[in-house]
Amino acid sequence: MSYQPVKFYQTGTFTVGNRLLAPVERSVQQSERRSNSINSGHRACQGCGEALGARYAIDAAMAASNGQLIAANATGCLEVFSTPYPESSWQVPWIHSLFGNTPAVATGIAAAMKVKGRKEVRVVAQGGDGGTADIGFGCLSGMFERNDDVLYICYDNQGYMNTGVQRSSATPPAARTATTMPVGPEPGNVFGQGKNLPEIAMAHGIPYVATATVADLRDLEYKVKRAMNVHGARYLHIFVPCPLGWGSQSNDTIRLARLAKETGLFPVFEARHGEVTGVLKIRRKQAVEEYLKPQRRFAHLFGNDPHTEVIARIQAIADRNIRKYNLLDEEG
Amino acid sequence: MRKPFAITLIPGSSLANLTGTWRTSRPVYLDRLPPCNNACPAGENIQGWLFHAESGDYEAAWRELVKDNPLPAVMGRVCYHPCESSCNRKQIDAPVGINSVERFLGDEAIKRGWQFDAPAAATGKRVLVVGAGPSGLSAAYHLARMGHTVEIHEAGPFAGGMMRFGIPKYRLPREVLDAEVQRIVNLGVTIRLNSKVDNILDTMKQGHFDATFLAVGAHIGKRTNIHAGAAAKIVDAVSVLRSMEGEEKPMLGRRVVVYGGGNTAIDVARTAKRLGASEAIIVYRRTREKMPAHDLEVEEALQEGIMIKWLSTIKRVDDEGKLTVEKMELDDKGMPQPTGEFETLESDSLVLALGQDVDLSLLEGVPGLEVNDGTVQVSPNMMTGYPGIFAGGDMVPSERTVTVAVGHGKKAARHIDAWLRGAVYQPAAKHELADFKNLNTWYYSDAPKTVRPMLDVIRRQSSFDEVQGGLDETNALFEARRCLSCGNCFECDNCYGVCPDNAVIKLGAGKRYEFNYDYCKGCGICVTECPSGSIKMVPEDI
Ligand SMILES: Cc1cc2nc3c(=O)[nH]c(=O)nc-3n(C[C@H](O)[C@H](O)[C@H](O)COP(=O)(O)OP(=O)(O)OC[C@H]3O[C@@H](n4cnc5c(N)ncnc54)[C@H](O)[C@@H]3O)c2cc1C
Ligand SMILES: Cc1ncc(C[n+]2csc(CCOP(=O)(O)OP(=O)(O)O)c2C)c(N)n1
Ligand code: SF4
Ligand SMILES: [Mg+2]
Repeated sequence: MSYQPVKFYQTGTFTVGNRLLAPVERSVQQSERRSNSINSGHRACQGCGEALGARYAIDAAMAASNGQLIAANATGCLEVFSTPYPESSWQVPWIHSLFGNTPAVATGIAAAMKVKGRKEVRVVAQGGDGGTADIGFGCLSGMFERNDDVLYICYDNQGYMNTGVQRSSATPPAARTATTMPVGPEPGNVFGQGKNLPEIAMAHGIPYVATATVADLRDLEYKVKRAMNVHGARYLHIFVPCPLGWGSQSNDTIRLARLAKETGLFPVFEARHGEVTGVLKIRRKQAVEEYLKPQRRFAHLFGNDPHTEVIARIQAIADRNIRKYNLLDEEG
Repeated sequence: MRKPFAITLIPGSSLANLTGTWRTSRPVYLDRLPPCNNACPAGENIQGWLFHAESGDYEAAWRELVKDNPLPAVMGRVCYHPCESSCNRKQIDAPVGINSVERFLGDEAIKRGWQFDAPAAATGKRVLVVGAGPSGLSAAYHLARMGHTVEIHEAGPFAGGMMRFGIPKYRLPREVLDAEVQRIVNLGVTIRLNSKVDNILDTMKQGHFDATFLAVGAHIGKRTNIHAGAAAKIVDAVSVLRSMEGEEKPMLGRRVVVYGGGNTAIDVARTAKRLGASEAIIVYRRTREKMPAHDLEVEEALQEGIMIKWLSTIKRVDDEGKLTVEKMELDDKGMPQPTGEFETLESDSLVLALGQDVDLSLLEGVPGLEVNDGTVQVSPNMMTGYPGIFAGGDMVPSERTVTVAVGHGKKAARHIDAWLRGAVYQPAAKHELADFKNLNTWYYSDAPKTVRPMLDVIRRQSSFDEVQGGLDETNALFEARRCLSCGNCFECDNCYGVCPDNAVIKLGAGKRYEFNYDYCKGCGICVTECPSGSIKMVPEDI
């Protein structure tokens, strides 16, 4: 069973809060007492999806662990905008070490807590898609393989944003980055390369793998909570739009995340021990153009001479996801 | 302070970093005017009372409703609900069933015996209201709540005006009307029945009234040029409907022809059918699209077996009741023109439903009064040309509906109140309209409209039982919760949740939110993700 939205009550569970829901059915984020893990004053850009996703996730993890949480953080925007020495936005015990070793640091913290008998203390590790899919990948795979008691959260903004928008192995095909310029016969990032981290995590057979976006808070909170109820290695991959790196409007962050899910480009699902156990269905299916057009990193596909065959290839990726993860309701 | 190894600065919080300085435009909360409220002739705060109904607090909903309209159970039955025609939800699936929720609240209030809040302190001013129709009742109610002493003089034997002597029982059961009138009386309004006012200035003087609201309606059936035999039975619709309230039911016979195309024509034909007519035929000179009657009522009449002859005028009636009817055709302006083609129709009686005129005899000799086209002219504050005499409802130029009449009563009451204090009533400025494009409809659940139960056709043809049923509690709650709360915050916490900078402060239930401009960077996500369009961006002066 996957996340079950509450259907009616005016906005049901689509909105962050809902005065018509019983208190136990309400979200962590709607509460005045949420832990606000990343506090105001952080230096993330206007409309940063990563800052938002991190607060959603860590607040939910704090709620699920009764505030007994330690976070290890990879180098990347999340660390740089939150913690320029000597100040920090974090309101949880938080440690930064390197770009590539966060899973190993978290493993160490978990081991230390075990030795000290601090069973109640839970550990999360977090990083960007670059830190996760590229440089930290070896440590991450080891952490999975040993089934260390850590929840690893990847905030996927599809590039090395902190150092000026370079390509990562999570950058989508055709996207323009500083290192994949829209020139030549195949403009932007190449097709057919890159890594699908959630599927790689599933291949390790770990107890829990899930994807989420900042457009569906209730689903995201549900997944954090589920993950926190399990011990062993867990992986959560959160889709977080980046207005600066994607060339999108700062107010469109959530809308783009929603479109990524509604087009099928970013399948939202959960898996246990390597098997998909639930998907968030597409509610109002959209063509990929709706998602691509508002982003300047795809601007070269449009204009006077649109690259229709490239757009068709991207649509084919979405269609394949829809088939593979069964993202549409039968009648839909 | 001794610092640990390699630490040279004292750690601090990012709160010291006021990121609000980055902003080039700022979000601000606002209330926009929901289209339903904007369309309501009685000026109801529909979105406002639905808000309470959504949480199941029906009494609070009813109290919010009756701030503007004292007759919700009546209104939930007879109003033509322009609110629903302009409801934004129609662009998603179907409009919110506002009218059916209103009826539910009205019926609930009667069932539970809810009474109005006590009036304000007595002002010592006396106001005369002439006519106990919806307009007079509404004015009296509002004036009484403001603390004035109100006396209604009503010519007829019962209060209600056309709600009692026009609108048939099968659409408005009299117990419902009685209950809502009684509640107004309980508030302290005096209604003198069988008290026709013959001369307004005399009555005002005798009763020492400081101001008057006239709401005598329009009761004189219009006539037309038909050659008629001396023995032909021709009656007017208003008289037929009025006699339905008396002991003697009207004798119309088995074949009844009704002439006209308004709601009165439909009501009288449906009444004739219920009285036992085997045929009730409406003759109307134009087409269905041009018919002034409300389409829903035309539909219900057709279901009950009423026949309608479109594009026809009646020329002649002979002594046996044989009608000569001329076929018409529409010209390019949509006006009916004779064709010279005739046919005949048999009838036992002909009922004329050609509209009503106002009986203005009580106003003779009032200086300054202006009458135009048979209606009394009023200024925007509802005052006639004679200072202190105000008028509204069917007797002034406007659409003739119960809802408009109630709206006039409220508006006049506010102006009368100000006038009595030697002041001028200034209505609050209207908010900008909550357009569909201001909404983010992603956040609303999919929920089609609830259909009200209908009495089956056989019983409708033979009895005066109410045709349309009401919603039960669960249906009404469902229907209320379909409201999108256009342009008005309904505390969904989206802004509080979606801000990446925690720059929204939640003030607690019922108190909405506030921006913390020290940290708001002006990204505008809250505006885009606000379902109801209750936030907007305004540029900073930089
Ligand atoms: C058959 C019919 C069906 C209708 N159906 C609908 C409907 O479904 N929905 C809708 O919105 N509208 C409907 N209407 C219109 C609606 O009833 C009127 O617009 C509304 O009642 C007007 O209200 P009023 O207060 O101005 O006048 P009225 O309701 O006509 O009330 C005027 C009152 O003043 C009294 N009066 C008159 N002269 C004097 C005097 N000199 N002294 C003392 N008292 C006096 C009368 O006895 C009467 O009680 C219908 C009308 C008719 C005729
Ligand atoms: C070993 C090492 N190589 C390179 C860097 C420079 N560096 C810092 S952050 C970063 C990219 C981060 O990308 P990602 O992990 O996707 O996080 P984002 O900033 O996009 O959130 C790079 C290359 C570094 N800090 N350490
Ligand atoms: S959705 Fe609600 S607020 Fe909006 S127009 Fe309809 S009833 Fe009024
Ligand atoms: Mg990244």
